[in-house]
Amino acid sequence: MSVAGELFLEFALLSFVAFGGATALLPEMHRVVVENHHWLDDTTFTHLYAIAQAAPGPNVLVVTLIGWEIAGLAGALAATLAMCLPMSILIYLLIDRWESFSGKRWQKAVSLGVAPLAVGLVFSGATLIAQAAQFGWAAWTVVAATVVANLRSKLHPLWYIAVGAALGLGGLI
Amino acid sequence: MPGRPSSVWKIKRKTVSTAAAPQPQSRPDLRALFLGFSAVGLSGFGGVLPFARRMLVEQKRWMSADEFNTQLGLCQFLPGPNVVNLAVVVGKRYQGALGAIVAPVGLLAGPLFIVLLLALAYDRWGSLPLAQGMLRGIAAVGCGLLFAMAWRMGTALKDKPFFLPFTVLTVAAIAWLRWPMPIVMIAGLLLSGGVAYWRLGRK
Repeated sequence: MSVAGELFLEFALLSFVAFGGATALLPEMHRVVVENHHWLDDTTFTHLYAIAQAAPGPNVLVVTLIGWEIAGLAGALAATLAMCLPMSILIYLLIDRWESFSGKRWQKAVSLGVAPLAVGLVFSGATLIAQAAQFGWAAWTVVAATVVANLRSKLHPLWYIAVGAALGLGGLI
Repeated sequence: MPGRPSSVWKIKRKTVSTAAAPQPQSRPDLRALFLGFSAVGLSGFGGVLPFARRMLVEQKRWMSADEFNTQLGLCQFLPGPNVVNLAVVVGKRYQGALGAIVAPVGLLAGPLFIVLLLALAYDRWGSLPLAQGMLRGIAAVGCGLLFAMAWRMGTALKDKPFFLPFTVLTVAAIAWLRWPMPIVMIAGLLLSGGVAYWRLGRK
């Protein structure tokens, strides 16, 4: 099978567990793409994550970049479609029945139950980026400062990206 | 001042909507769906859901705030990118199957184009030390933003003594043991969802 085809199957499978969106999938995408298939190396993976952060649009587009680097335009489209299509079809079929099962005890239980897992996935995504990028003390200082600033102020995320880019350009990280 | 009339308006709409199906203020055609969602896709950095709400409820008035919340419910209940799911729902509602294709395509086409341009630039100049330094800097703040997001989501959890342990277990399984995520999620959902089911029954 072509690489784009393999990519489609791998990412379509992941789309079924993407609770918390593409951000929550970072560790698993890294496992599949870097560790299992060796399609990308650690550095490229973190670079693609950084580019996606700096670009406008839904978070899911990090998947497009990964697909592009692995298999060009076919890879970009395959990865993006794989991430969006299965759930889009499911939601198309289910939306008219949503009111009949929303609020049921099992539905509430799934919503409540999935929340702590999503927190763990996002946290794991952050540790994964730190590991893959092999952050030194300067980078960790920036990470810590970003966390504190972001939790205490309502500054637009783009400002952080701009400061990070400037510090990086200056060779400080 | 501006808050008051709108809340009165909301209450009025609610009472009307229980009597008869609420009439949308305007019924978008395929072109309007495409353009509306394109604007949403291009306006946000790090998540565009708030922009989708603003466009649908406040600017174009394609749906009321209540309708938006109901429809978003399923989009957030199912996995996958919430805002793509939402585009499918809104597209289907106004233009059937074609709308369900056109709306998400509109949402993704513009950003996809930009991201591919950036990818081309990366392929060309990504190996330069300056570019590498810049991306490393962005990755560092991006990592910080993720930790902050996890913290915020964690503090918003209900019933922390019962559910926070599942967060810890997920981190151990995914970040430390590097187990495959589909298996971790199925097992986690059975355990954590089971606890939630039991807790819901006691109330």
